[in-house]
Amino acid sequence: MKLYFRYFMIQLKSQMQYKLSFFFTLMGQLITSFSAFLGIFFLMKRFHAVEGFTTNEVMLCFAAVLMAFSIAECFARGFDRFAPMLGNGEFDRIMVRPRNVILQILGSKIEFTRLGRFTQAVVMFCVIIPTCGVEWTADKILTLVLMILGAAVVFTGLFVIYAAVCFFTTEGLEFMNIFTDGGRQFGAYPLAIYGDGILKFCTYVIPLALCQYYPLLYLTGRVDELWYGFLPLISVVFLIPCFLLWKLGVRHYKSTGS
Amino acid sequence: MKKYLTYFRIRFIGGLQYRAAALAGISTQFAWGFLYILLYSAFWRADPTGFPMEFSELASYVWLQQAFLALFMNWYYDSDILGMISGGTIAYELVRPLDIYFLWFTKTVAARVSRAVLRCFPILIVAFLLPAPYGLTLPPTPLHAVMFVVTAVLGMFVVTSFTMLIYCTCFYTVNATGVRMVAQAVADFLSGGELPLPFMPEAMRRVIELTPFGVMQNLPFRIYSGNITGNEMWFLFGMQLLWVCVMMLGGWLWMRAAMKKVVVQGG
Repeated sequence: MKLYFRYFMIQLKSQMQYKLSFFFTLMGQLITSFSAFLGIFFLMKRFHAVEGFTTNEVMLCFAAVLMAFSIAECFARGFDRFAPMLGNGEFDRIMVRPRNVILQILGSKIEFTRLGRFTQAVVMFCVIIPTCGVEWTADKILTLVLMILGAAVVFTGLFVIYAAVCFFTTEGLEFMNIFTDGGRQFGAYPLAIYGDGILKFCTYVIPLALCQYYPLLYLTGRVDELWYGFLPLISVVFLIPCFLLWKLGVRHYKSTGS
Repeated sequence: MKKYLTYFRIRFIGGLQYRAAALAGISTQFAWGFLYILLYSAFWRADPTGFPMEFSELASYVWLQQAFLALFMNWYYDSDILGMISGGTIAYELVRPLDIYFLWFTKTVAARVSRAVLRCFPILIVAFLLPAPYGLTLPPTPLHAVMFVVTAVLGMFVVTSFTMLIYCTCFYTVNATGVRMVAQAVADFLSGGELPLPFMPEAMRRVIELTPFGVMQNLPFRIYSGNITGNEMWFLFGMQLLWVCVMMLGGWLWMRAAMKKVVVQGG
């Protein structure tokens, strides 16, 4: 943990060396996700509700997913940038150091510019939480926190899979974007609106719905069972196959030796 | 002219080599297309009267967008060119007896076309086979088909000339990532990449349609499905012609000005 903190400080300091560039990238991130917000806003304004979910409820869902994604992207960025690491031999250097491999990869790249999205999610929460009509009792607040953390775990798991696949293909696979970027883009709406098939897929295969659709039902008072609110905890299980695949990849890895 | 065509051919053939990448791209585009269709059909179920266009027109828009993403995406930059500007190998490019603006323009267009050629056919074929409101339909008249092709080519030119403006800014900043990100986010939204323009508020749509962004992907895709027709079509086509000329001339002048500042160090 102390080591990770050191990495954290080094990354922060190095990125602060180029303040203007940092600021512009942050702005870029903010505007990119703001345009996604505008898209949803215009659609919701035109149609008022989708599958019975009101604008505020959709926005709550969007903000939670956005925040989760930005957290995952900020800290697990090292996995996302893993393909070039394999290519240029950086990974060999990591392997010979007597420290945990995963910790070093996490520390190799911490992207603070991703906090542009985070900022937007915070602002959205500030606006939506008082106005969305949810009665914020302690268990509902806990549910919302679990939603965000759970979804962040799922996205992290996806980044790990993305990196693990690189061991076999050496190139990053573009179609993994369907799950990461697609999860962010389409996860903005409660996943049930895409129909049963997609919802089942996102429940049993990639458990994004566990942190998004089901707890949202509880938050908005559509179901009363408390356990709906604690479903995000199960998504941690998703990390197990992700890390198994990762371990398999590491074992499969052969250095080019150069 | 022949020299530029040769460059186009080199780039085009080079681009065709990345077939595995194209396969991965196709699967991504399919998934996005399907999810968009599902998303809009959920809104259709919620309130069909709120729809600004026919569902089949929207479906055609989505599938054309996915099939021809490479032609119109605002976030594509030729990494060779960016590398040349920041790395200094641009000096070699300047030695060539060619106009650098048109050379880079040709290269970027060729890269876009080769990507699109590799990717569009499987998507178009499947989209045609999909059942009625969800798939791609044929254009209502042959005139619309012809105008689709013409405006698509010109639209790609507008997108590319916008990219050229971004290359120009790279001469002035050390790290242009931020500027690029802001520009591509704004352009992508205004050109209807995130949300088709008819779904935006009426006043906003009218204003955007007069800017270069309105004649990028918005125009050809909506002409194809017959959503834009008659006088409106001719008017917007005129706007597009105007913007192609203005953007290319502006970019060319700017690049010439930027070139005067470039200092090549020997060695």
